Amino acid sequence: MSTAFLEISNGVAVPRDKIPHLDFDRFRREALDIVENGGKVVHFFAYQEGDVVKLSAVLRQDHLLTAGCDAPDTYPALSSQCEPFHMFERELAEQFGISPEGHPWLKMVRYHPNYMDRVDVFGNNYDDDIPGNYDYYSVEGPEIHEVAVGPVHAGVIEPGHFRFNCIGERVLNLEIQLGYQHRGIETLIPGAAAKRLPIIIESVAGDTTVGHSLCMAQAMEALSSTQPDQGAHTIRTIALELERLQNHVGDLGALSGDVAFLPPMNYCGRMRGDFLNMSLLLCGNRFSKGLIRPGGVRFTLDDEVRTTLAQRITEITPQVKHVIELLFSTSSVRSRFENCGSVSQEDAEHLGLVGPAGRACGMAYDVRRCFPTEGYGELDIPENAEDSGDVYARAKVRADEVLQSIDLIQSLLTAPVKTECPEPEERAMAPDAFVVTLNEAWRGEVAHCVLTDAAGNLLRYKIKDPSFHNWNGLSMSLRNTGISDFPLNNKSFNLSYCGFDL
Amino acid sequence: MIKSLMFWVLAIFLAPFFSALILKVKAFFGGKKGPPLLINYYTLVKLFKKGSVYSTSTTFVFKLGPMVSLSSAVTVLLFLPLAGQAPVFSFNGDLLFILYLLGLGRFFTIAAAMDTASPFEGMGAAREAYFPIICEATLFMILILFYVLTGELRLAAYFTGSQPFGLWQMAGSPMLFVVIALFIILLAENSRVPVDDPATHLELTMIHEVMVLDHSGPDFGFIELGSFCKLFFYASIIAQLIMPFESGYLALNLCLFTAGLVVVYLAVGIMESVMARYRMDRVPKFLLTSFALAFFATVITLEFIK
Repeated sequence: MSTAFLEISNGVAVPRDKIPHLDFDRFRREALDIVENGGKVVHFFAYQEGDVVKLSAVLRQDHLLTAGCDAPDTYPALSSQCEPFHMFERELAEQFGISPEGHPWLKMVRYHPNYMDRVDVFGNNYDDDIPGNYDYYSVEGPEIHEVAVGPVHAGVIEPGHFRFNCIGERVLNLEIQLGYQHRGIETLIPGAAAKRLPIIIESVAGDTTVGHSLCMAQAMEALSSTQPDQGAHTIRTIALELERLQNHVGDLGALSGDVAFLPPMNYCGRMRGDFLNMSLLLCGNRFSKGLIRPGGVRFTLDDEVRTTLAQRITEITPQVKHVIELLFSTSSVRSRFENCGSVSQEDAEHLGLVGPAGRACGMAYDVRRCFPTEGYGELDIPENAEDSGDVYARAKVRADEVLQSIDLIQSLLTAPVKTECPEPEERAMAPDAFVVTLNEAWRGEVAHCVLTDAAGNLLRYKIKDPSFHNWNGLSMSLRNTGISDFPLNNKSFNLSYCGFDL
Repeated sequence: MIKSLMFWVLAIFLAPFFSALILKVKAFFGGKKGPPLLINYYTLVKLFKKGSVYSTSTTFVFKLGPMVSLSSAVTVLLFLPLAGQAPVFSFNGDLLFILYLLGLGRFFTIAAAMDTASPFEGMGAAREAYFPIICEATLFMILILFYVLTGELRLAAYFTGSQPFGLWQMAGSPMLFVVIALFIILLAENSRVPVDDPATHLELTMIHEVMVLDHSGPDFGFIELGSFCKLFFYASIIAQLIMPFESGYLALNLCLFTAGLVVVYLAVGIMESVMARYRMDRVPKFLLTSFALAFFATVITLEFIK
C-alpha cells in the first residue's frame, strides 16, 4: 500500500522538512485510509509555529507513519468515519480551538481555555468551576436512575467523575468525565530548563515514572545524538520491568480485595512493597524517580547490588507464583472474574485499546515486541493475548506478564552491568527535528512526540499516556454489567487520572 | 428474672467482643496480626465521644434510623434464651414478634437511607429490602418445622427444656439442614461475605454499609452496636442448636454455650477468608439454597415423624 505518510522509526529523530506536509484534504484522506486499514493512532495533535497552527499525526501499522498539514479552523471530523480519532479530536478542539464538525461526542477533555485565545469550542467560561458546559449523556424512562460517583472518592485515589445511567442494577451507559488533575504539563515543558524536564516528566503519572522518563530520555537522546551505553539500557529495562511488577502485583491483590477474597490481597500488598523496595535498592527511590536521565542512568548497578537484587527476586518468585495460583484457582474468584465486563475485540479495535487491556481483547500489540527500545531487542517477549476481553482476561494477562517480567529481570541480572553515569549537561538539540518515542509501560503504550524549532529549542512536547486510549474501554466494559461490578472492572483497567489530565 | 436480666446485659456487652473474633480469623488467613480483640469497644467509645453531623436535607426520619435499629436489636435479645436460661420475656407467638421487630429495625434503617436522597443509599436500600424477603421465607419454613416438632411458638421453648439433646432428638439429621440454612441467613442478615463485604470501601458494591454512610458519631455507634447484637442473636441461636446439651449446671452450660458461639463466629471468619463474595445477581440463588434446605428438612421430618 502506498501512502504519502513518511515511515519513521521509534526513537529516531527526523528533520521536520523530510516529513510530508500535505494539504488538509489529502492529509485527512490518507490518515483515514491508514486507520481504516488496521492502523492505529499514536498521536494526533497540533502545534503552533510562528503564527501558523499545524497538525501532525503519528499512526502505526507495522511501522510508524507520520505526516503533517496546516490546521484549518474547522474541518469535517475524522471521528465521524473512524472512531480511533475520537479523543484526539476532542483534545485538539480544546487545546487549539479547532472545531471538528460532525464530531459525534464533542465534549471537553480537561477543562481549560485553549492555547490560542480563540473562541472556546465548548462555550465555557473558565472562571466557573469544573465541569462547565458538560452535557452528560442521559437516558430517560420511568425506571431509569442515574448514579453520580466522584470526583471525590472513598479511599485515597485520584479525582474523576463517573455518571452511570442504570436500569435497576444494570448499567446502560457509563460516562467518565475527567480533567480534575489538569496541571498544564504540555505548556509547562517548552519553557522549562533542561534539567527540570526529567523532573516534570517523572510526575506526569507517578506510577508510570519509568515509562514516561524512558520516552523523554530517548527523545532527548535522539535529538542530541547521544547514545547511552549498553549498561544503561540494561538498567532502564530492569527498572521498567520492576515498575510493571509493582503495579501488576499490587493490582492483582486489589482485584482480589474487590471481590472480598482476602489472602491474595494481603500477600500481594506485601509483595508489591518488596518490589518497590527493589527499585529503592536500584536508585534510592521506591518509584524510580531520579533514575533515568537523558544520556543514561544516574545510578550504576554494581555487582553487590546486582546479586542482592537477583537474590531477592529468586526468593520472592515462588511466593508470587503461589499467590497467583491461589487467586486463579479459587472458584468463587473465577466466577466473579469470568464474563464480567467483557469488551469485544471489535470494540477494542475501534477504541484503540492498548496494553494489557488491549491484549485481553485479543490485540497482541506490545511495544516491547513491535517497536523495541532499550534492551528489548534481544529479549523474547511473548504475545500474551487472551480473547475473552473480560476481567478474567485482563487479570490473566497481568499475571502472565508478572511471571515473564520476573524471568526477564533474572536473565538481565546474570551478567555484570557496567555503565558510566552521564554528567548533567545542556546538550544542543538538532534544530527543526521531530522524534516520537514509544515504550510499553505497565498500562500500555506511552508515546512522547517532541518537535524542535529552528534554534534547537523545544517547540512542542506532546505526551500520551495509555490511559488516554483506555478510559473509553472501561466505559464500554460497563455496558450491561451490574453496577456493583464497577469497582472490579475499574481496578482491572486501573487507569491513570493524572496521566490523562496532564 | 434478675438473672435473666443480667444475662441480657452481659449479652449486649459481649456482642462486640465476639465480632472481633471474626476480624482475628480474617487477619490470620491474611498473614497479619489483626486488630486487638477489644477493637470494637475502642471503636464504640470513640464514636460515642464524637458529635453527629446531619445533612440539612434530612429530616427526623434520618435520626430515627439508628435509634430504632439499635433498640430493635437490643429488644430482640430480651427474648433470647442464653445457656439454658429463661429469657427476660417470653410469650406464645413471640417468634413472630421477634422476626418483625428485626424487620422494623430494617425498615427504619432503609427509611433513614432513603431520607438522605443519595443514589448510593437508595441502591443499598433496594438491595437490603430485596434479599431479606428470601430470608424470611426460610425462617418461616424453619418455624413451621419447629412448631410441628414441639407444638410451641415460643423461641425459649426450643432451647430450654428437659430434653438433653433438644430438637435433635426429635428431628434427627434434618436438623443439619436447618443449621446450615440458619447459617446462610446469618451471613445474609448480618451483611457478611459472600453476600456483602463489611470491609469494603466501594460504595457501589455495598449492601448494608452504604445505607449508613451518612451517619456519624453516636448515631453510627448505635448502628454498630445494633449490628453486633443482631449478629450475636443469630449466632446464639445456631450455637444452641449445635450445642444442645443441657447439663443442669449453669457454669457448664455457659461454657458449652460460649464454645458454640466461638465455633459460629470462627466459622463466619473462615467463610470470609476462604471465598470471594458472590456477584450481586447470584446472591438470591445462594439465599434460595437456604430455603431449599429448610424446605427439605421440613418435608423429611414431617414424613418420618408420624
